[in-house]
Amino acid sequence: MSTISREEVAHLARLARLEVTDDELDAFAGQLDVILESMKTLGEVDTEGVQPTSHAVPLVNVLREDQPQPSLPRDAVLAGGPDTAEGRFRVPRILDEEA
Amino acid sequence: MGERTIDQTAAHIAEAIREGRTSAYSVTEAFLDRIDAVDGTVKAFLHVDREGALATAAEVDAAIAAGEELGPLAGVPIAIKDVVVTKDMPTTAASKILEGWIPPYDATITERVKAAKMPILGKTNLDEFAMGSSTEYSAYRQTANPWDTGRIPGGSGGGSAAAVAAKMAPLAIGTDTGGSIRQPGAVTGTFGAKPTYGSNSRYGLIAFSSSLDTPGPVARNALDAALLHEVISGHDPRDSTTIDAPVPPVVEAARSGASGDLSGVKLGVVKEFAEGSAAAEPGVVEAYQAGVDQLVKLGAQIVEVSCPSFTYALPTYYLIAPSEASSNLARYDGVRYGLRAGDDGKRSLEEVMSLTREAGFGPEVKRRIILGTYALSAGYVDQFYGQAQKVRTLIKRDFEAAFGECDALISPTTPFIAFKFGERTGDPYQMYLADLYTIPTNLYGGPGVSVPVGLSEGMPVGLQVMGPVMGDDITYRVAAALESTQETLLADTAPEIEGK
Amino acid sequence: MTKLNTYEAAVAAYEPVLGLETHIELDTNTKMFCGCSTTFGAEPNTQVCPVCLALPGALPVANKAAVEATIKIGLALNCRIAEWTRFARKNYFYPDMPKNFQTSQYEEPLCEDGYVEVTVDGESYRVEIERVHLEEDTGKTLHVGGATGRIHGATESLVDYNRAGIPLVEIVTRPVPGTGALAPEVARAYTAELRDIVRSLGVSDVRMEQGSLRCDVNLSLNKSGDEWGTRTETKNVNSLRSVERAVRYEIRRQSALLDAGDKIHQETRHFHEATGETSPGRSKEEATDYRYFPEPDLAVMEPGREWVEELRASLPEPPRQRRERLQAEWGLGDKEMQSVVNADAVDLIAATIAAGASASGAVKWWLGELSRRANESGAELGSLAITPAQVAELQGMVDDGRLNDKLARQVIDGVLAGEGGPAAVAAARGLEVVSDTGALEAAVDEAIAANPDVAEKIRGGKHAAAGALIGAVMKATKGQADAGTVRQIILDKLS
Ligand SMILES: [Mg+2]
Ligand SMILES: [Zn+2]
Repeated sequence: MSTISREEVAHLARLARLEVTDDELDAFAGQLDVILESMKTLGEVDTEGVQPTSHAVPLVNVLREDQPQPSLPRDAVLAGGPDTAEGRFRVPRILDEEA
Repeated sequence: MGERTIDQTAAHIAEAIREGRTSAYSVTEAFLDRIDAVDGTVKAFLHVDREGALATAAEVDAAIAAGEELGPLAGVPIAIKDVVVTKDMPTTAASKILEGWIPPYDATITERVKAAKMPILGKTNLDEFAMGSSTEYSAYRQTANPWDTGRIPGGSGGGSAAAVAAKMAPLAIGTDTGGSIRQPGAVTGTFGAKPTYGSNSRYGLIAFSSSLDTPGPVARNALDAALLHEVISGHDPRDSTTIDAPVPPVVEAARSGASGDLSGVKLGVVKEFAEGSAAAEPGVVEAYQAGVDQLVKLGAQIVEVSCPSFTYALPTYYLIAPSEASSNLARYDGVRYGLRAGDDGKRSLEEVMSLTREAGFGPEVKRRIILGTYALSAGYVDQFYGQAQKVRTLIKRDFEAAFGECDALISPTTPFIAFKFGERTGDPYQMYLADLYTIPTNLYGGPGVSVPVGLSEGMPVGLQVMGPVMGDDITYRVAAALESTQETLLADTAPEIEGK
Repeated sequence: MTKLNTYEAAVAAYEPVLGLETHIELDTNTKMFCGCSTTFGAEPNTQVCPVCLALPGALPVANKAAVEATIKIGLALNCRIAEWTRFARKNYFYPDMPKNFQTSQYEEPLCEDGYVEVTVDGESYRVEIERVHLEEDTGKTLHVGGATGRIHGATESLVDYNRAGIPLVEIVTRPVPGTGALAPEVARAYTAELRDIVRSLGVSDVRMEQGSLRCDVNLSLNKSGDEWGTRTETKNVNSLRSVERAVRYEIRRQSALLDAGDKIHQETRHFHEATGETSPGRSKEEATDYRYFPEPDLAVMEPGREWVEELRASLPEPPRQRRERLQAEWGLGDKEMQSVVNADAVDLIAATIAAGASASGAVKWWLGELSRRANESGAELGSLAITPAQVAELQGMVDDGRLNDKLARQVIDGVLAGEGGPAAVAAARGLEVVSDTGALEAAVDEAIAANPDVAEKIRGGKHAAAGALIGAVMKATKGQADAGTVRQIILDKLS
């Protein structure tokens, strides 16, 4: 794994919708590198045939019955919104249609 | 123990209220007054709800007067880490991006605290989105360690730990993703427990790392923590990852531990924690070792165990947690709630979202979002996240093998005492080392508690007890036994705080 | 102006390879991961909760009915049901997606490796299904300030999250080669078959016009013997006819580019209903790094054998099999049955027969008069304001001789106008056949008197001449007489 470049950090920031300053780019590039270096060690661990773990107790088929529950009152829904209109959340113009 | 209400343990306070020797109202008022007196110095709270807390207290008093049967902690005030959602009370995760947000719903834990009739004093400070080990990454204020106000209170739950250490609350709720209950507990001389993952609901706990986050109790001793543990724990149909099984009997275990008998109990010491750069600083080792000697005197048998995969715990954690966080924190986009920045009527949504997140998130959060985005991005997910999940299995196997040889594992909670403000913020890796001994438990999912064991350079040191999955009771039993060897609770020996 | 080849030239030079991705909204009572109602058409943002609004701290719990519906779809599409399956997060930012990730499935879908048989022009095609997985829908965005309500030119947008989190099943085919010039028809037939299968399961209302079934059409071209070409993905093609048109258009467009030596870009394209054209959207390479990873907030699923077999046992007869059975029962030829299918009238006719009509009568009304009315008003047959039971009632009145065809058409006018059922309309409008023989005999006598030469011919044995007298009687009774009865009276009187 090559070390992480300033351009790469900029690309990641775009993916994560983070506007970062030039100073932050430099700082992150350096700091991420240190962290990533230490993570290289993980690649050395032999995990051939090992199943992944994500939870303390493996739970299966945790499903809910299809019974309606009350939704929030609309006032409460919209109360948190930075900008609302016509019962909806208003957002600035969107650049392009996505999937 | 002193004469003041605020010096009493939660168990004593609850009993006094139940028996009519004091009122919930006066107890709550005493803690609120204490907050007024010293929180200007400690800065543990982000929000104090005097009115709400007193109203609940008054209800408790009325209920007692009416002869109603109440829960074991009714009337005992509590502080809640500001990463747990509270209806109609501001909840910020100590982030600017949620400044002013008033949740329209309660976390399951909040509901359970309310159902237990515990007055909620307010919300405590933390590292933004619980990412940090010093509470220095709060967007709002720097919480001081009550033992030395020039030092950090640990993190991310520094606010809850400092509030209990400074006697502004007898109990608090914390959350532990990599040590955020236990490490602050250790450095403030308080008791902190991370329950088994899945035994406590995360519904309404603002997510940092979903597969690791665990809410739990912060208290002054094991019994108080156990009482709170039983109030908040148990299966929740709203959290698909909770375990539908009885909560381990931790109160009973704390009581039996307090008798001071550990004969027949085997405690494992992890060899890898003591080796090379993983070793704790000498003062911490000394205090911890004194604790181990006490445990032996109580009849415990010490065995050395080897957990070779623990060496990889830190890098494993720093792949899993940021990966999940980068996704969990995507929802803060200035559309439905929280901050919106840069909306000048000309910019596109994409630009406004990016500016909002730039303005709303602090440096540590951004760093982890970028790290997680990298770890999940095209071509890396198997190499990083996937590999980390497999190493987790190896760590789990190490724990399971160890618990074949002993009943619980012990270690120092953290390698060093509370450091001075600013000492480790320049180098993220130095900060991450604070969680070296606590992280394996999160990856495994089992329970871990930190119990005060002594002092180093005048600052508290904690001893960690780690148990098998759903074996929370053994951790309480060992911790309570250790407490029984101490003449006074460590928390009671803290220097008096100068009010500001 | 996009250059196009003629369709004939295009398919003579290139072989198309099709691929279809279909999203179907399930008809559950509640959303995929929360208990909010899914009722269509509610006031904006009234069917949302902490979970589907992605409030901080909220967590998902999967809907059992949605999982079962997906397994049923998988079984009906001949898929293998996974023994171990889980959800994954698909990460990308979009304002109608509250979490800024979609909870979907990635490497472990619920169902895999199935197929659908379709018939076009008597040829059978097997469309292979790669996967069927379960995910959640997005909210709805209203674009304001632009001229057309489209995203381009809009100054702002308004978001309603009622639809966010409604369970969505995604069905992905493997590439379908070998359809040649029939690619558009195969695409259409597949979509129609899929719709019928899902509808027969009762797990979705599969209404393309309401967006509960949405298609993405993938298409590439290659020269015979060459490797498959680069594909485009045309999004949101929302009627059977549009599926056919989109494929046809892409074949014409891509072939012109290839002829000119240009490259096809792997890209998302939009379909325009009005013109039948496609236009480029966001290009793939800049945007799709979805950073999939297993959803840590949900437990894995292991649909056990018993559960799956229970669901399999509950499946209805497959539509294709049912059609073959009904065709035989109704005594229809292939062409006629095809018309029934094309008119989307199978269920309507079956229901009409179930309500008591004869097969021939039911087919006659739905394919004839009622199809004509539907075409005239541009509506779907099923959305006409007449029920199968009413059609059966109408046919019964004809069989009883109470209505003739002409009167029956007038009765239909009344039913469609909301005046009530056939009997009520006939009564209210006075549309009963005149069965009072006294009145009819008088009318016949009048007609004989007015046409003595015709009467003479009939007396002479030329029964065919009776038609002229029948016409006169019908005119006199304003069409309310039964022609057969009138003929009988005439013949009785003149022999
Ligand atoms: Mg999809
Ligand atoms: Zn909802």
